[in-house]
Amino acid sequence: MTTTTAPAATTAAGKPLPRQPWNRHLLAIAVLTVLLIPLPLILPPAQASVAVRVLIFALMSIGWNMMSGFGGMFSFGHAAYFGIGAYAGGFLLVEHNVSPWIGMLVGMVIAAAFATLIGFLALRYKLRGAYFALATFAFAEMLRLWATNSEFVNRAVGYHVPLRPESSWWWMQFEPASANYFWIALGLTVIALVVSVQFVRSRAGQFTKAARDDEDAAAAVGIPVMRYKLLTMALSAAITAVAGAFYVQYFLFIDPDLAFGSSVSIQAILPAVIGGVATIWGPVIGAVVMGPLNDVTATILRNPPPALEFLQGRGGLDVIVYGALLIIIVLLLPQGIYGALRKRWSRR
Amino acid sequence: MTSTPDQDHVAAGNGGGVATLDPDELPTAATRTVPWLRIGVIAALIVVAIVLAYVRAGSGVVVVQAVTTGILIGGIYGLVAMGLTLIFGVLDIVNFAHGSFLALALFLTFGLTQAGLHVYLALAVSVPAMFLLGVLVQRGILAGAMGKPLENQLLITLGISLIIENALLLFFGANPRSVALSGDRGVPIFEAVANLSRILAFVGALLLAGLLYLLLQRTRLGTAIRAVAANDTGAQLVGIDTRVIYAVTFALGTACAGAAGTLVAPLVTIEPTTGSLFNIVAFVVVVLGGMGNVVGALVGGLIIGLAEQLGGIYLPGQSPLLSVFIVFVLVLFLRPQGLFRRSA
Amino acid sequence: MTLLRVENLAKSFKGLRAVDDVSFEVTEGSILGVIGPNGAGKTTMFNLVAGALRPDTGRVHLGGKEITGHAPHRITAAGMTRTFQLMRPFYSMTVLENVTVAVLAGGAAKRTARETAAEVIARVGLDKWRDAPTEGLPTAALKRLELARALASKPRVLLLDEVLAGLVPAERTPVMELLERLRTEDGVTLVFVEHIMAAVMRLSDSVLVLDLGRVLTSGAPEEVTRDPRVIEAYLGEDPHAKA
Ligand SMILES: Nc1ncnc2c1ncn2[C@@H]1O[C@H](COP(=O)(O)OP(=O)(O)O)[C@@H](O)[C@H]1O
Ligand SMILES: [Mg+2]
Repeated sequence: MTTTTAPAATTAAGKPLPRQPWNRHLLAIAVLTVLLIPLPLILPPAQASVAVRVLIFALMSIGWNMMSGFGGMFSFGHAAYFGIGAYAGGFLLVEHNVSPWIGMLVGMVIAAAFATLIGFLALRYKLRGAYFALATFAFAEMLRLWATNSEFVNRAVGYHVPLRPESSWWWMQFEPASANYFWIALGLTVIALVVSVQFVRSRAGQFTKAARDDEDAAAAVGIPVMRYKLLTMALSAAITAVAGAFYVQYFLFIDPDLAFGSSVSIQAILPAVIGGVATIWGPVIGAVVMGPLNDVTATILRNPPPALEFLQGRGGLDVIVYGALLIIIVLLLPQGIYGALRKRWSRR
Repeated sequence: MTSTPDQDHVAAGNGGGVATLDPDELPTAATRTVPWLRIGVIAALIVVAIVLAYVRAGSGVVVVQAVTTGILIGGIYGLVAMGLTLIFGVLDIVNFAHGSFLALALFLTFGLTQAGLHVYLALAVSVPAMFLLGVLVQRGILAGAMGKPLENQLLITLGISLIIENALLLFFGANPRSVALSGDRGVPIFEAVANLSRILAFVGALLLAGLLYLLLQRTRLGTAIRAVAANDTGAQLVGIDTRVIYAVTFALGTACAGAAGTLVAPLVTIEPTTGSLFNIVAFVVVVLGGMGNVVGALVGGLIIGLAEQLGGIYLPGQSPLLSVFIVFVLVLFLRPQGLFRRSA
Repeated sequence: MTLLRVENLAKSFKGLRAVDDVSFEVTEGSILGVIGPNGAGKTTMFNLVAGALRPDTGRVHLGGKEITGHAPHRITAAGMTRTFQLMRPFYSMTVLENVTVAVLAGGAAKRTARETAAEVIARVGLDKWRDAPTEGLPTAALKRLELARALASKPRVLLLDEVLAGLVPAERTPVMELLERLRTEDGVTLVFVEHIMAAVMRLSDSVLVLDLGRVLTSGAPEEVTRDPRVIEAYLGEDPHAKA
């Protein structure tokens, strides 16, 4: 039960309304963007590709965070949307010679539609908690299995993006170490961040949060809970699909496991959990932590210390570190890095 | 997180006998009735599925083979799922690490057979080892998150599975390995053929499942576990140390995965990711059988084994797992409480 | 004029008849008190009327339109809002944000929503806690928050489930005064479940008594409380002492 721990008494009526953080978030995004633009010109190529990976992680997770963080609907199947984005881009480009930008848009639309369908079923049949997570997982796996065995999308082979003789923005293809890739990823991530700020401050975002906190109370104040939950899911799926569509153009390759595998869903979850679920900056901070790990561990394993000689060239260490990080964060900092920091600040 | 209007009154705790903390209400062993009608319906559905498969395949041998293989592998699924459902029923944890314990047991078995031990004797090592590991993991990691939101537990077990699976990858590499059962051969069953190792794995799984059932139903420990599953606060009030029960239950669950790992070692390619396949199937089985329902898990295992094999006939060219997921999604939507009521 | 009409409402939970053939009418601008021992079915009846539960049988009419089985948000949009017996704030939000959401849900423009919410908060006397997070708020404040959030949607009919319970007597008076003002100044029609007899006597125009899911009796407050059947229904339970 609640007790009478009265917070610091405030002034009498007529006091000014508290300031809202949204414009500060937007300002921070703008400043950060400007600061990051020269990054690929400064960084050596290897590090620049790490930076791109960070942005892909961030983008995936910003999408996940919208549905599972702000919306409170824990998805364990965001690979479905990432994969749809990736496959829409790959399929249209390879089979029909359609620009990846258009493929990206198509992927977003299909992912949003698919999310709405799954969401409708899941909400209609009142799946909650574990059941909801398992259902999202099942749909992603079904897509993976379907893609693996369907001639329509080239079975297990997937798609290789054909190389073009010259760089082109329209075909989103540049020489391998081009800074353009970073700038595109940065642009997409910034748009996603701005969208998430605008979403959270919007009517829809507020309703979604209310429904997450207490569905019945939300309905009782007049919120059509189902509608806003579906909207949130669709938006979330579309953002994660963008990450998938960009991924294909950057790595020039996609197959069912890379697109729809459960490790993809995990990659969408981890940055937000590490950085802070249901916060604007959590996914970004988590992605910054996670992105470089892969390279760090690969470097270690390329020249392991003498005692661990036998591990040379092996893979898996990076994921072990993700796993450990995940456990530590959930146990010790359940609000994530940003969540914990914010709590610190607001205490003062 | 989300809640229903019902909670208004449950939390108010007045009125009728819903959610009371009365220790008299702990479940007793013999007060369960067998849902004959439901069993009949399910059996009828299975028969229909088999007949349809026959129509589709046009060959009796194919169907008999599918049914035989399905039932045999289904027993293993049942054993894996029993462990998983037990953990869910008692600790309320959706354990994503379950399959990785199975993978660990696979590699352990591989190592022991390399060292000259007979496959089935490896059970004597893998089961206690996984039990012990289960205790350690529960006490060391999961205990800190008991009672936290479901997502937290899910993420932690996900972390554990990432660590185990990738530690196997790190140390053993991705090369597939295998364990051979000396004297393994095809055994004719009706018109079908099944490997001896498959039959033995099935029999072993059923025996262990039976043992687990007896343990839950007939021993003091089992009674305590069931009491905690039904109502942990109440169990605590009657003097049960729930911390011990949580640890033991989790360990029993992982021991099931361990036993299954050893039993299937001669049947599967041994890779770090083999476990996750079983994990997926086990989730399906658990939901099918009713989360927390141990007997349901065994029956669900058999049904999913069948679904997987018959699905191969219905959807030729698709992965057998696809039909498993189709069954899963249907069950989730139409009967999320499982085919059978929960009764851990 | 009858604003809310409930006819033969019934709901069973696995054989338990929680609400059993309940009918009543509420005139516009009046206050109906609902009393009855614990487990009588009062909260369930609210859930049925407000759309949180679907009745097995029976009808609910609001302002001449049938709303039986409508989703809760539609019923709120139609002008009837409820509060929860156990306070159910949006826990991640401050008091102001809680009420702002409700104002927005009522269709208000975003620009003015926060000011409107602040006014509602001031009106229920929550100003002191306006910018506080709901976590750790005292019961009295949470009760008022329930009220503020419900008022924010500008209801014509307000269903209040034990808004006074858990308040010390000194805290009750202002809330009762507020309820009276809601009726006189805003013309809100009130249906309130309450165990505190003094409040029932003071506020109600008429009283409905539920027992074991059925309507035991109804009528003017003085008559009803003198009814031997009512006294018997409450026997073994002190109607004046309810946590
Ligand atoms: N969701 C539910 N499931 C089962 N029984 C319920 C449910 N909601 C209420 N009940 C039962 O219905 C009866 C009436 O409860 P309630 O409406 O909360 O009573 P009151 O509000 O008058 O105290 C009680 O016996 C209660 O246990
Ligand atoms: Mg009540």
